[in-house]
Amino acid sequence: MRAVEDAVGVKIPDTARIMRNLLHGAQFQHDHIVHFYHLHALDWVDIVSSLSADPKKTATLSENVSNAPWGGSTYYKNVQQRLQTFVDSGQLGPFNNAYWGHPAYKLPPEANLMASAHYIEALRLQAKAARMHAIFGAKNPHLQSLVVGGITSVKDLTPDRIAEFLYLTKETQDFVNNVYIPDLLAVASFYKEWGAIGGTTNFLAWGDLPLSDKEPESLYMPRGVIMKRNLGGVKMAKQEKVTEHVARAWYEKGSPKHPYKGETKPIRKDPKYRPDGGKYSWFKAPRYDGEPCEVGPLARVLVAYAKGHKDIKAVVDSTLKKLGIPVTALFSTLGRTAARGLETVAIGNAMQGWVMDLVKNVKDGNTKTYQPWKMPDKATGLGLNDVARGALGHWIEIENKKIKNYQYVVPSTWNLGPRCEKGKLGPVEEALIGTPIADPKRPIEVLRTVHSFDPCVACGVHIIDPDSNQVYKIKVL
Amino acid sequence: MEKEKEFYKRLEKKGVSRRDFMKYCTFLTATMGLSSSFVPKVAEVFAAPTQRPPVIWLHFAECTGCSEALLRSMYPWVDQLLLEVISMEYHETIMAAAGHQAEENLHNAVKKYNGKFICVVEGAVATKYNGGYGKIGGKTFLDIAKDVCSKAAAVICMGTCSAYGGVQAAKPNPGGYKGVGDALGIKTLNIPGCPPNPINFVGTVVNYLLLGKLPDLDSLGRPLFAYGKTIHDQCPRRSHFENGEFVEEFGSEEAAIGYCLYKVGCKGPETYNNCPIVKFNEGTSWPVEAGHPCIGCSEPDFWDKMSPFYEEM
Repeated sequence: MRAVEDAVGVKIPDTARIMRNLLHGAQFQHDHIVHFYHLHALDWVDIVSSLSADPKKTATLSENVSNAPWGGSTYYKNVQQRLQTFVDSGQLGPFNNAYWGHPAYKLPPEANLMASAHYIEALRLQAKAARMHAIFGAKNPHLQSLVVGGITSVKDLTPDRIAEFLYLTKETQDFVNNVYIPDLLAVASFYKEWGAIGGTTNFLAWGDLPLSDKEPESLYMPRGVIMKRNLGGVKMAKQEKVTEHVARAWYEKGSPKHPYKGETKPIRKDPKYRPDGGKYSWFKAPRYDGEPCEVGPLARVLVAYAKGHKDIKAVVDSTLKKLGIPVTALFSTLGRTAARGLETVAIGNAMQGWVMDLVKNVKDGNTKTYQPWKMPDKATGLGLNDVARGALGHWIEIENKKIKNYQYVVPSTWNLGPRCEKGKLGPVEEALIGTPIADPKRPIEVLRTVHSFDPCVACGVHIIDPDSNQVYKIKVL
Repeated sequence: MEKEKEFYKRLEKKGVSRRDFMKYCTFLTATMGLSSSFVPKVAEVFAAPTQRPPVIWLHFAECTGCSEALLRSMYPWVDQLLLEVISMEYHETIMAAAGHQAEENLHNAVKKYNGKFICVVEGAVATKYNGGYGKIGGKTFLDIAKDVCSKAAAVICMGTCSAYGGVQAAKPNPGGYKGVGDALGIKTLNIPGCPPNPINFVGTVVNYLLLGKLPDLDSLGRPLFAYGKTIHDQCPRRSHFENGEFVEEFGSEEAAIGYCLYKVGCKGPETYNNCPIVKFNEGTSWPVEAGHPCIGCSEPDFWDKMSPFYEEM
């Protein structure tokens, strides 16, 4: 959408900008909660161990660490009973055959029970939070109100709709501040060694959430690039420096290209998996100035922190202090998982102000949500975004009013892409090197790092045990 | 009875009264096209299921939007669905197991429940180059689908991709992607949409639990209770169509009033679905209500046949 808007030269009205930001912000709130509780927590939380917890002690623990609106020993007894009934049924469903009881699980049973209860609460909360998207975007997932030139849901700019949105964002943010963050800190305090595992080197954020029509100056999450972990050397990121390599990906031979010149020519045969020197991925390998870059919450938070972003700096500093770990611990699996929660605090808190900006516009009669435009015969355009998973760029070339070329470089391509022409590893590949693994047949440690990137693919990972030289195929799902 | 009592006790703790719950069951019963005499039976399915039917959920070429849609189910809440109504034996996104253990789960569940499980498929199947464009753990989607679907009591295709191919099957379709029914030459129950409304999945499963059979289908394999009428025939903006009152530009005065979206490309007249009646996310909205034309996302080959999306049919 932004790429086409750039190409046809249309600026969206201010009210449309705010509505888009609200939808985008809601996506951060929703996605990050689901990622933490439902796609990542069970790498750290042993749900089976919670069956042996003392509900009373769990209630005390919960009161000490969080401001969750539910709790008390009866509550935890009921949750435990529910899980016990489920286990006794003999149908373990999604919890069957995982790494329960693995020595890498460090939480005491009570902390496991608390987190398991919140896993279930979060399942309900996320369904409610998704209603924010439906209010101005018709439905979730796949909202359907965004069009080139603005947004179509002008009829929903009514006090009741806006109020409903406000209260949903507040309720969601209460969960973030009172449950998600306390849980994150409680779990992290048992896994501090993960502040030195799973890090990468370079970080790229296109930034997003514009607070005016000036980009990138007004982006709430700023644009920038950090090379070699040098926070002091944070620079403005330039899209001209992006290339994509296909040397190790299942595409026809080609030199590294900028997306405007990009080609997508998949090989026309059954692709063979050849990680030792050949092709082994459907992902191209994106590079910035020739280097691989991690994108996502950690990259965004590091860029914002390095630029002295007030809200981000406050939450990062207080978290480091609470956990008693240095800034360098951010370059890790733990840092990545923490950054996701911390940016949710900043963005979710800011959203409440944006709702008030919308109210002001409506009050002033400024309800223009769409700017008409004309399709040119020939044009090029690009759109740089930062979505929940990371930096997302779209590039379009228009000819005869039709798409001549369209390329996008998405977050998981940056993070999970293979080696490039020069043999440099992709970020996830790099992050996994040196991961200590207690039991190669049950490599929960690998899951922790891969999941911390919030990959949008069920990806294949291989590790080799240097002693037996046995190759273990690990599917990270 | 005991189980049922416990269920209502639990519901009340969550702030859901028995009355709210019965209201939902009535809504669901009506959505399924059953008479109101079925309401207590529908309630029974959630309150005291005698067994949890095993479900094996396969992911092929897709975006996981259909799984996400299922997570948005609010009555029953998704935790109830997963812990108390069905037994989700295999689901790549939500299951805790990974790697070999995950594959073992699939293998064991298919063996244990041979001929008795419901197979839900999300995503299209690559058929060109021996299915080479889509693999999990070295096995092609095509082989996995052949193996698992043939042993299922029923195959439910969740979403347009598994039902008819979806975006992967749009021209030029380099991987030869097809819907499951087409790829395997079998009959499937299709719940298309991008993504479909979770209530139509829940309605189908409840129908199965309640009556021991799948609901009646149209010629494209879609349950009639949900896909029996066009969007256009159920649209609250229909009178504007009849009166010739149209939106010609987004954001216009006509758009703010809520005139008909036919002239900005609405595909409602050719799309069968119950969006205007059940709406999405607990009845919050649906595309036409948000001022956006229907893009026909539950129809076969909608990427090719319904586009351009913003031009009059």
